[in-house]
Amino acid sequence: MTSRKPILFRLMAPHIAPAILALVAAAALVPIANLAFPPDHALHVPTGTVVLVGKWLTYALLAVALDLVWGYCGILSLGHGAFFALGGYAMGMHLMREIGPRGVYGHPVLPDFMVFLDWEALPVAWWGFDVFAYAAFMALFVPGALAFVFGWLAFRSRVTGVYLSIITQAGTYALMLAFFRNELGFGGNNGLTDFKDVLGFSLQADTTRAALFALSALALAGGLLLAQAIVTSKFGLVLVAIRDAEARTRFLGWRVERFKLFVFVVSAMMAGLAGALYVPQVGIINPSEFSPANSIEAVIWVAVGGRGTLSGAALGAILVNWLESFLTGAYPEAWLFVLGFLFVVVTLFLPKGILGALRSLRGRRRAADPGKAPEKSPAGATQAAE
Amino acid sequence: MAHLARTSIRLTRSVLVALTLALVLLAAPLVSTPVSAQQASTQDVETILAGFTRGQFPATLAAVDALAASGHPHAAPILQALSDRRLVFETASRRVLWQEGGQTFDALTGEPVAAPGPTTDVRVSNAVRRAVQTAMASLTLRAPNPATRIEAAVSILRARDLSQRAALAEARAEETDPNVQRAFDDTLAGLALVDPDAPEAERLAAVERLTARADAGARALLLSVPADATDAVKAAAAEGIAAIDRRLEIQGHVQNLFFGLSLGSVLLLAAIGLAITFGVMGVINMAHGEMVMIGAYATFVVQELMRAFAPGLLDLSLLVALPLAFATAGLVGIALERLVIRHLYGRPLETLLATWGVSLILQQAVRTLFGPTNREVMNPSFMSGSLELFGIALTWSRVWIIVFALAVFLALLVAMKATSFGLRMRAVVQNRRMAASMGIRTPWVDALTFGLGSGIAGVAGVALSQIDNVSPNLGQSYIIDSFLVVVFGGVGSLWGALVAALSLGVANKLVEPLAGAVLAKIVILVAVILFIQKRPRGLFALKGRAVES
Repeated sequence: MTSRKPILFRLMAPHIAPAILALVAAAALVPIANLAFPPDHALHVPTGTVVLVGKWLTYALLAVALDLVWGYCGILSLGHGAFFALGGYAMGMHLMREIGPRGVYGHPVLPDFMVFLDWEALPVAWWGFDVFAYAAFMALFVPGALAFVFGWLAFRSRVTGVYLSIITQAGTYALMLAFFRNELGFGGNNGLTDFKDVLGFSLQADTTRAALFALSALALAGGLLLAQAIVTSKFGLVLVAIRDAEARTRFLGWRVERFKLFVFVVSAMMAGLAGALYVPQVGIINPSEFSPANSIEAVIWVAVGGRGTLSGAALGAILVNWLESFLTGAYPEAWLFVLGFLFVVVTLFLPKGILGALRSLRGRRRAADPGKAPEKSPAGATQAAE
Repeated sequence: MAHLARTSIRLTRSVLVALTLALVLLAAPLVSTPVSAQQASTQDVETILAGFTRGQFPATLAAVDALAASGHPHAAPILQALSDRRLVFETASRRVLWQEGGQTFDALTGEPVAAPGPTTDVRVSNAVRRAVQTAMASLTLRAPNPATRIEAAVSILRARDLSQRAALAEARAEETDPNVQRAFDDTLAGLALVDPDAPEAERLAAVERLTARADAGARALLLSVPADATDAVKAAAAEGIAAIDRRLEIQGHVQNLFFGLSLGSVLLLAAIGLAITFGVMGVINMAHGEMVMIGAYATFVVQELMRAFAPGLLDLSLLVALPLAFATAGLVGIALERLVIRHLYGRPLETLLATWGVSLILQQAVRTLFGPTNREVMNPSFMSGSLELFGIALTWSRVWIIVFALAVFLALLVAMKATSFGLRMRAVVQNRRMAASMGIRTPWVDALTFGLGSGIAGVAGVALSQIDNVSPNLGQSYIIDSFLVVVFGGVGSLWGALVAALSLGVANKLVEPLAGAVLAKIVILVAVILFIQKRPRGLFALKGRAVES
């Protein structure tokens, strides 16, 4: 696949097209199955399932965002959960403002926790969040801006590989500590919750939930298409070159840090969008979303599904979360054992993830397929040395 | 005879008081030594006790003061009984008795009285209670326990109780314990300063003494120099306050430095094993924190076993736990290296994921075995309490952690530089193939090196069990800090880890008073992140071709 081929052809690559089709179908059919059929009908999908799978779809979008930087550019970010959480907070702030005077304390403007803390006026950071469009913009802008500043500093000074992973982790840890503070003005320990409605639609209503599900599915489809467009373009080939041999790419005259910065910012905004869709579905956002463990878990979704396959990352996120919700219900003790073994087994025996392994089995070898690159190329060694 | 002079202040209250006093005055010269008060005769005490039987408050008050001054061995329980309305006298014989725990004692001899006749209560007023309180304070100035005597002096000073000045001066003259002497002198100086009757010279001396004492209490006393003091005294006090402020400020800095060093030692302990596994071997061991946790749980198990089988040696359980924690964590580390990590050399990001998985498994395993709640590891006696140094209290547990961290660091340095295993280890790290050609079994060295790093993490767990909660999450709280220390110090450099840990610890504690604990931590995290942008290889970056390849 090179950039010579028409864009539509590139986007409809064999491993992307079925995923897009499935997502669009789900976005159309699941709400119908949930709303149109009575609860005892065979085709009925319970609302609980809709919400749960909707949540997984936002996780899948986060995984695609992570795969874009890790799978195609070799940037193992252990702080992508922070972008997700920031997007979530932006949406959470809008939903808090939407509550208006219906809060427990009935204050016309201030959210409950501010009244509780005896605050007089709305902090500047909260201004404008009553407008949905502004909140939606901030859900993309804030993660993007953070990624820009962070990436600009880090990539320019050639912080790569392990070092980058560790400072991204330290960064999300610092954000978590900051958001835990009441003084920061985002609800402290408890975060933001008790949302009532979005754009006038009650968040408890089945229709709203079905609509959010459909939106999440479409957002994931959009994210997959965007990521696929990036990685199959000429730009994407440079990304892969950076992943496999950063120094060599630089010596060939490419401004490596600009490529990395661009893809890092796009990925962060994608994660922010995922977070913004996540919050109205689960009804709460709190600082534990910033915890480093969450970000690492997102990495394992990508690794399980297949690093550098995009649709594999989405698949991995859904599979791991399905396994989690099954196991924490059936065998709560076992979940961490299973997750732990999953990390070990996947890295040892399935370095290309489920999708990569399937593809190897079928013997399909494509020269430009990035899923194969890590083992053949000295990617790991280069990253360690840089 | 100063105490008698003081008694005379109340002399005018009643003739009866005068009578009592006269008797005591008479008695005192008979004894003729400075310790007269300790040796008042039975005769005097009898007379004093008679004061309680008059049924008049002034007489009781006088008796209280006289009894306190008499040195009667049972003065304290008698006065306490009086205050608690347990002091009575036989109506017929006027023998004074006190009741305690259902028994009755003779106030004169302290002997239990089997069958007392009908008794009358000694009446108590608030004035009497106050007098008892004061009297008890002066009694405790002569208590057998030096700590009690110091406590008494301190409480007199705190109450600015001028009425105790004379009693204190006398007690000071008889005092032999240097610590108690110092406390008494401090209190006397403080009282001299606030006493309106004290002459200027005495006040100046007091100011000088308090300035030398240089703590917050002395500063407060200097601030309370009365308005009637001469200008010289006021000027001296102001100067003294300034001097104390300077000194307190320096002390604050020193204390912060100490807290910083102690935090730095904790960071060093947590990170030093990682300096081997990550720094030297290049393995991003996310399960490092769990090795620390295993060490802490090993300490817990050893302690429980010793509690069960050798309770007398419980204080030594930490020493026993050290080698066991090293061995346990080391063996887990070797197993981890053989089973997982050796398949992943050269793929650092994959090791990161795999070891994170291992850390989840170890956490859940410990949770299943020991339960999710905190386990208590007690502090041995030599680690409790604190060390006073130049007016700064340093808790022993922190002092020991600093010493221990440095000892572990030195031991590791020796193991790396002065043993044949260390030599092989460095050879393998520098040039694996060459080392193998020289006959070094590199896989074996890898496993042992990883075991060494993990074992040291386990040893760190023993120390951290003393200051942190021993729970399955213990390791997670250290993993990010540990990585930051190693990266900040420079991967592969043990000295870098030392400098990084101590400087991060000190920096954290210096920022803390300005910004609060959480914000300080955030500031440090962000500062390290920015520093790594500036120097991506840390403080002590390795140089040379080996690094580039």
